Order: sequence, then C-alpha cells, then structure tokens
Amino acid sequence: MTPRHKIPPRRLLPALALALLPAAAFADAPDLADAVLAAPCASCHGPDGRSPGAIPSLSGLSEARLVEKLTAFRDAPPPGTTVMTRHMKGYDDAQIAALARYFSEAGQ
Amino acid sequence: MNRITRRTALTGIGAGLTLALPGLVKAQGAAAHVVVVGGGFGGATAARYLRRYNPGLRITLVEPATQFVTCPFSNLYLGGLRTWESITHGYDAIRSEGIGVVHASAEDIDATARKVTLSDGAVLEYDRLVLSPGIDIRWGALEGYDEAAAELAPHAWKAGPQTQLLKAQLEAMADGGTFVMSITDGAFRCPPGPYERASMVAHYLKTNKPKSKILLLDSKETFSKQGLFRQGWEALYGDMIEWISADNDGKVARVDAGALTVESAFGVTHKADVLNVVPPQKAGWIADRAGVTNETGWVPVNGNTFESAQVGGIYVVGDATIAAPMPKSGFCANAQGKVAAAAITADLAGQEPPPASFVNTCYSLIGPDYGISVAGVYYFDGEKLAEREGSGGVSPLEADEAFRRAEATYGAGWYASISADTWGTV
Ligand SMILES: Cc1cc2nc3c(=O)[nH]c(=O)nc-3n(C[C@H](O)[C@H](O)[C@H](O)COP(=O)(O)OP(=O)(O)OC[C@H]3O[C@@H](n4cnc5c(N)ncnc54)[C@H](O)[C@@H]3O)c2cc1C
Repeated sequence: MTPRHKIPPRRLLPALALALLPAAAFADAPDLADAVLAAPCASCHGPDGRSPGAIPSLSGLSEARLVEKLTAFRDAPPPGTTVMTRHMKGYDDAQIAALARYFSEAGQ
Repeated sequence: MNRITRRTALTGIGAGLTLALPGLVKAQGAAAHVVVVGGGFGGATAARYLRRYNPGLRITLVEPATQFVTCPFSNLYLGGLRTWESITHGYDAIRSEGIGVVHASAEDIDATARKVTLSDGAVLEYDRLVLSPGIDIRWGALEGYDEAAAELAPHAWKAGPQTQLLKAQLEAMADGGTFVMSITDGAFRCPPGPYERASMVAHYLKTNKPKSKILLLDSKETFSKQGLFRQGWEALYGDMIEWISADNDGKVARVDAGALTVESAFGVTHKADVLNVVPPQKAGWIADRAGVTNETGWVPVNGNTFESAQVGGIYVVGDATIAAPMPKSGFCANAQGKVAAAAITADLAGQEPPPASFVNTCYSLIGPDYGISVAGVYYFDGEKLAEREGSGGVSPLEADEAFRRAEATYGAGWYASISADTWGTV
C-alpha cells in the first residue's frame, strides 16, 4: 500500500522524497485533494495543525479522537463552543474522516 | 529521520533544487518556474504552498515591500491594543524555504510570451503566474477624493504610512472632537472592517478623549454583523458612535479634504476633526496590465482553480478576484492561495485539479475582551463558488460575556496562526 500522504508531512526529508517518489507522485490526486480539504484549517489551527497561539492544536490528536470531536462540534456542540459548529456544519462524515486522518498523520 | 529540524528540512529543499527534479516537472524539461506577484495574504501563501506541494519547483515571489504590514489588526493598532511591530512581517522564513524573493514591483505582464517585467528592469519568464495584488483605490470615483486628499483625510485601507497618519491624527485630536468615517458601497476589502475600526477608535477615544464622537456615514443600508456591532457599541460605548445609513442620507457625495468636510447626497455638510474615507476600490492595477480584469475592475476566475477566466496560465487570488459569496478577507486570500497552489501542482503534472475547499472566519474586535465572528465554508459546485448549506453565519446575539471574551482570544489566536501559515512568522 502506498502511504496516503506523500505531500503534507513536512518532516519527510524533501531531498529523499525527491529521490524516492515516482513520477507525478506529488500530484497524486486523492492525496492532494485531502491536503486541499485540510488546508484552510491551518489559518486558525496553525500550519499542519500546530497552533502558535490561543487556538487549540490539531496535531497530536488521534484519528479517532479527531473524528469524535469534529462530529460533536457539528451534531452536539459541547458547552463553550464558538465558531466550530458553524464550520463543521459544512462537512459530511467522509470529509470529517479525511480531515481526522490528515491531522492525525500531520502531527507525526 | 523524523527528528530532523524544520531548518534542516528546509535546507534539504534548497539542496533539492540543484539535484534531481521531481517527476511532475520533468515534462517541462527543466524545473518549471512559477512567479508569484504580491507577498500579502494570497501571494505569500501561494508561494509557500507551492513549495510544500512541489519541492523541486522554481518559485519567485515579487513584492516591493521588504516588510509587510497587515490590515488585519491594524484597527487594533489604531485602538492602542497592538504595536506596529506586531503587525509587521518579513520574508526571511519564505526565503529560507528556497523561494526566491525579489523586492521589486511587477510593471508589465506579457501573457503570450509568459514574461513579467519588473521595476528594476529584470524580466522573469514563467510557466505559471500567480497574481495577488490586493486592491487599488479608485481615485476620483468619490468626488474630491484623490491621492492628495488622502494625505489629509487618510483611507488607511492599505496598511502602512496611511495607517500611521490616521493614528497620528487621532492622537492630535482634542477631546470633544468628531471622528467621521465615509464608507463606500459595492465590492470592497473587508466588509466588517469599517465597523471594527469604529469600535477600536471608540476604545481609544473612550480611554483617552471620552467627550469625542464618532460619525459613520454609510453608502449602504445594512452592514456586516450589524446586529452584533450595534449591540456591542451600545454595551461598551453608549452613544459615542452614530451610524447613518444610505436611506437616512448617509451616503457621501463629495469630500473636501482641505476643509475636513463631506457633503451628503442631499447636500448636508458634516465637519470632521479627523476624516477617514473608506473609498471605492478595484483590483490592484497590475491585474489590468495582465488583461485579467473585466468591466467591473475585478478579476473573474474559475472557482475550482482560481485561474483567470480570461487569460490561461495566470492564477489570481485574494481581494482582486470576484469570488462571491466569499468576502474579500485575508482569510479567504490565504485559502485561495492554497487552492491555486494545488491546482498549479496538478496542472504541471498533467492532472485534473483537486476539488477546491475554502473556509472563512472574520473576527472583529469591539472591545479588548469583546470579539465577534462571521464564518463560512465554501466550495465549487461545478459552475460557481457556493457556500456549504447549513454552514457559517455570525456569532449569536444572545451570547454571554465568556463567549465574547473567548472570541476575542480566538481572534488573537487566528492572527498568530495565519501569520505562521502565510509568512512563517509569529
Ligand atoms: C482595516 C482592515 C482590517 C482588516 N481585517 C481583517 C481581518 O481581521 N481578517 C481578515 O481575514 N481580513 C481582514 N482584512 C482584509 C485583508 O487585509 C485583505 O483581504 C487581504 O490583505 C487580501 O490579501 P491579498 O493577497 O489579496 O492582498 P494584500 O494582502 O494587500 O497583498 C497584496 C500585495 O501585493 C503587492 N503588490 C501589489 N501590486 C504589485 C505589483 N505590481 N508588483 C508586486 N507586488 C505588488 C502589495 O505590495 C501587497 O503586498 C482587513 C482589511 C482592512 C482594510
């Protein structure tokens, strides 16, 4: 099986990545699609979900925990929720699963 | 290997440039070259995400300023809540990622020859071009408001000397003075911006010159987050801020910057002690030179890629574009920069672009511990950009103090994150 994320994990040594990846790997469609789906999250949660400020980080959370949290924001927001409900109402279960996978791997 | 520091990784990227090229750009014979014009929210983001998605790509960012000052949080600077340094960002982190940063202005674009001519005389050839030039003012579209007038009655709608001029004028104003803001209608940068500015000026005046007044003369009948702003103004500033809508003769027809007066459509004259004009706007002029603007003065794009609808090979992001229902915000410019970077990546590899996905969240600060927001999730529906049904909307009107405080805190958190994401700075 090929790794799902050829692009985002930043720590993949790029020179090595160049050497190992087959032609056109960087633009492998499903992977780039996941990266695009996840990309806007960085504007608040920091690059790769590592937040430098007051907004919680996403990196470091497990895939299961992320699915649970993101789904709860959409369907049963915990007390104190501000903007996340308004965001998550724009994502279906499959998109939430993709985001959870993306950020659980981005934190490694 | 997972433990290498970011810096090592970045050096790796630089080294990669001189080594083998990734498969996706091999088709070009040599590393493809993407030129990005504009190092603000859209352009800097596009350059960095192009690098993230294509370690071997040649990328050149063209931006005249060596230091970028953000409009976001410039209102907080006016309110005395932020320093100038804290809203200023450099380009060192971007350079360290193996992106060429040229401090010059793009003067002309030849889309047929795929060449950009710079103010320093250099000519850059590109395979793909990204433009994120932001806005320009439509000088003279509001009678009496030209470049000379802006030196007396600043717009401060591009952060920089204009913002500092407005702050100096506020500081020089006597207690009991009147701050007047004329607000345009139509498409303009940052729909909630004028009202956040009124809030931050009110905070400054309440703290320092409590007898002063704020008069907002609006060319519109309603405005962004209106209910929330008015509720917050009343709670924090009593009757200091007066808002006059277009249907109450709020639209300014002409400006006399020398006299610091404005005249309404029905001939009523208002005298200001400090006059701030949020004027009519259009896409940054280089977009005209590239042939990507239409009769509106803005740039139509393919919503899935942000490639110009008029000129192939040129991608345009940010305020310059027609991207409704997305607002003209730094958040959207950043999101569009990423979508364009991914679309260019796919295009250079001869593949279909991935489905676009965008978010916007505009925080506005009404007082130091009083924040509000408006959000939306957007996608391309096959024909046009659209908002995901059921998503988005504004903060609730009936929220408590803790909620407003949380949104003030998250607003600051957003600023830290988007700065890290856009310029790699804190
Ligand atoms: C008062 C105020 C408050 C705001 N607050 C917020 C906020 O809280 N949140 C938010 O999301 N948005 C906010 N905005 C909106 C935000 O500033 C813009 O939406 C954002 O800057 C748009 O990004 P851009 O890349 O299109 O343009 P910009 O960020 O303006 O970048 C354009 C860059 O292009 C460069 N350029 C122009 N022409 C050329 C050329 N010919 N050659 C080379 N370079 C060129 C310019 O020097 C500039 O650096 C605010 C705006 C204002 C005015």
